[in-house]
Amino acid sequence: MLTHDLLIVGGGLAGLSAALSADPGLKVAVVSKVYPLRSHSVAAQGGINAALGNNPDGRDDSWEKHAFDTVKGSDYLADQRAAEILCQKAIPAMYELDHWGVPFSRTDEGKIAQRPFGGAGFPRTCYAADRTGQVLLHTLFEQCVRRGVTFYDEWLVTSLVIRDGTCLGLIAYDLAAGKIMSLRAQAVIFATGGYGRVFQRSTNAYINLGSGIGMAYRAGVPLKDMEFVQFHPTCLYPKNILITEAARGEGGYLVNNQGRRFMADYAPTAMELAPRDIVARAIQTEVAKGNGFDNEYVHLDLRHLGREKIHKRLPGIQEICIHFAGLDPVDTPIPIQPAQHYSMGGIDVDATCASPVAGFFAAGECSCVSVHGANRLGGNSLLEAVVFGKIAGETASRYVRGSAAPAAAERELLGEAQRTVDRLVRIRNRQAGENIWQLLNRLKILMSRSAGIFRDGKALRAGLEELAELREAYRRAFIVGTCVRYCQELVVMVEFDYMMDLAEVILRGALERDETRGSHFRTDFPKRDDERWLRHTLAGWTERGPEFTFRTVNVDKYKPQERKY
Amino acid sequence: MIAMTFRILRYDPLRDAGPHFQAFRHEPKPMDTVLEALKDIRDQQDPSLSFRYSCREAVCGSCAMVINGRFALACRTMVASLPGEICTIEPLPNLEIQKDLIVDLEPFWKAYRDVQPYLQPEGETPPDGHRVEERDMETVFQYITCILCASCYSACPVVTRDPRYLGPAALAKLYRFLKDPRDKRPDAALARADSPTGAWGCDNVYRCNEVCPKDVRPADGIGGVRWALIRRRLMHPFRRMT
Repeated sequence: MLTHDLLIVGGGLAGLSAALSADPGLKVAVVSKVYPLRSHSVAAQGGINAALGNNPDGRDDSWEKHAFDTVKGSDYLADQRAAEILCQKAIPAMYELDHWGVPFSRTDEGKIAQRPFGGAGFPRTCYAADRTGQVLLHTLFEQCVRRGVTFYDEWLVTSLVIRDGTCLGLIAYDLAAGKIMSLRAQAVIFATGGYGRVFQRSTNAYINLGSGIGMAYRAGVPLKDMEFVQFHPTCLYPKNILITEAARGEGGYLVNNQGRRFMADYAPTAMELAPRDIVARAIQTEVAKGNGFDNEYVHLDLRHLGREKIHKRLPGIQEICIHFAGLDPVDTPIPIQPAQHYSMGGIDVDATCASPVAGFFAAGECSCVSVHGANRLGGNSLLEAVVFGKIAGETASRYVRGSAAPAAAERELLGEAQRTVDRLVRIRNRQAGENIWQLLNRLKILMSRSAGIFRDGKALRAGLEELAELREAYRRAFIVGTCVRYCQELVVMVEFDYMMDLAEVILRGALERDETRGSHFRTDFPKRDDERWLRHTLAGWTERGPEFTFRTVNVDKYKPQERKY
Repeated sequence: MIAMTFRILRYDPLRDAGPHFQAFRHEPKPMDTVLEALKDIRDQQDPSLSFRYSCREAVCGSCAMVINGRFALACRTMVASLPGEICTIEPLPNLEIQKDLIVDLEPFWKAYRDVQPYLQPEGETPPDGHRVEERDMETVFQYITCILCASCYSACPVVTRDPRYLGPAALAKLYRFLKDPRDKRPDAALARADSPTGAWGCDNVYRCNEVCPKDVRPADGIGGVRWALIRRRLMHPFRRMT
């Protein structure tokens, strides 16, 4: 058994940020199912928000205005005090990142450059060309190397062990060794990222299956606001690779098959820079009206920006278009369609990243503080990962210093490890059954069909019925290969179990919320209902499925108003 | 598309006598990448086939391998672009095979760690950030596109001959920091690079530039590190570097 004071699960931005802020006197390690640099944070492109006021058009910006934009963008479901923490801490966080080596693009005065982004009143998105996620993740990893952080690379956590409301540690599958391991820790931080691959069309990495969220839920931690799923408006057709919002921030147009900038009909003031939920619905509506191309996509036109600007500000986008679509955006409009991109909901934590379970914390996309409410603004996710990752590391360190190690943890962990091994052996012993990869494909199709951009009660109920069939099929799933090391079939076998749980919470949550707010659009309830629904959805695991309770949103400064852009 | 034969190198050191090729017949969809073909072969024909992947958009560095004899990211290689009806897929050379297309990257990561791959600025965080000229930042941009996929390390003939050699990616990473105006590392931090198995070990055959999927041109970085070492020597002729 391995023993640590603090274990961080996930090596993306939130996980590494937590590792860097953890008390250096504690025994800390990061557990990740891939090498940390392969985490999905690396794919973020456009930037990270902070009201630095470095852009001449942003002189009057302030963290309060950033907080207001965040709350309004969230369709007033964000917790306002949490949003203020995010925006206030954003400013020193940028300077710290700069000091750690992030190669931000610069203004003429040599300050960190900032560009306009959707739903923002001022140009406040800091960037490094269109590779912001890559440089942030690499820089934080470099800082971890400097401090000698311990990593368990290519270890898949298979369960979180909680007894009597206290976290005891983890069970994990060491892929290279082919072994099931027990890891004891007084505190655990989950920074396991999103679940994009529960959907058929997603910008997310293949590895974003979301098992971390499902694992916490199964272990007894509630999930919050899971019905809020962000669909990014501009994803390259047909591979759904993200085309950054910065393409519109730099001046790109969205154009339908009549050559018209159709955003004039949906957001006459903000146009292409309306928040993502609004732009994604606009595109989907245009395609449904027959104004798309091949009934699938519209155009993102960058041609008027010119070769030099595209080459300098959007080199990654140019590269993606050339390699994955065989076109150069300098000469040809980019075919784009909306695809799943981000999860606003997640593990229920407060603004200190603490969950209701003693010793268990969460940060980044897997968590829900909530700062994004019903719709996240572009440039706020990298920020959340950095700021709340850091807060999680600090809170968990204080917890370890201030509490005693739970007794009997070792026995419970060894028991859990044995049950995991027994279960896997039972699966291995099945001689025939369902192919797990095919079950995964069925789940994705089901989720895209029933919980996409537009939802209604009928489709959601049909999705739940189909999910019940999938659960039955999963009982018969079997493993074809006999390898023990790097058995990716086993990885998906374990993760799929949790994915079905989180899919159920998304569907049931979407059914419960009979209103339209932010990313959650019910065609059978197309209005926002502040009387009944200015509250968070909390799902607790039971044998019969999720049990829902509700928590009123903390509204103090910014009173809900109609969202017009 | 028509059906193709994918010859994939298979090896499980725990049970196989040695690496061998296994052939799969598979009909890729028109726009499929080699990574998508590999996933389909795994899902439909042999779920025990192992290979690394993550982002599928050429930015995470997981899926570098050798495809028809050429170094490539599987996620960015279109099957339709390959000539003929046979596609041969092998793991990266110069590194031990752990299983099938998965290699042990530890020597690569060790070389990376050995160059002190992090910014070493002076003093505390300035209250309103560093001032850096955009044109200076742009010279760093060539090197920050590196995704640490290990293609260059794996293709380098010097690494083949001497595993102690740091290899192109680590030296290019070091140069990224030497070019950064915020970095003020002491001369002693260059000791590892200033050795026959550091920057001076390069044979100038430019295999790294040739195989790099992100056009980093690591050899430029190695040359840059050499000049930086010479410059520092000239400035302090009597100081020992170690």
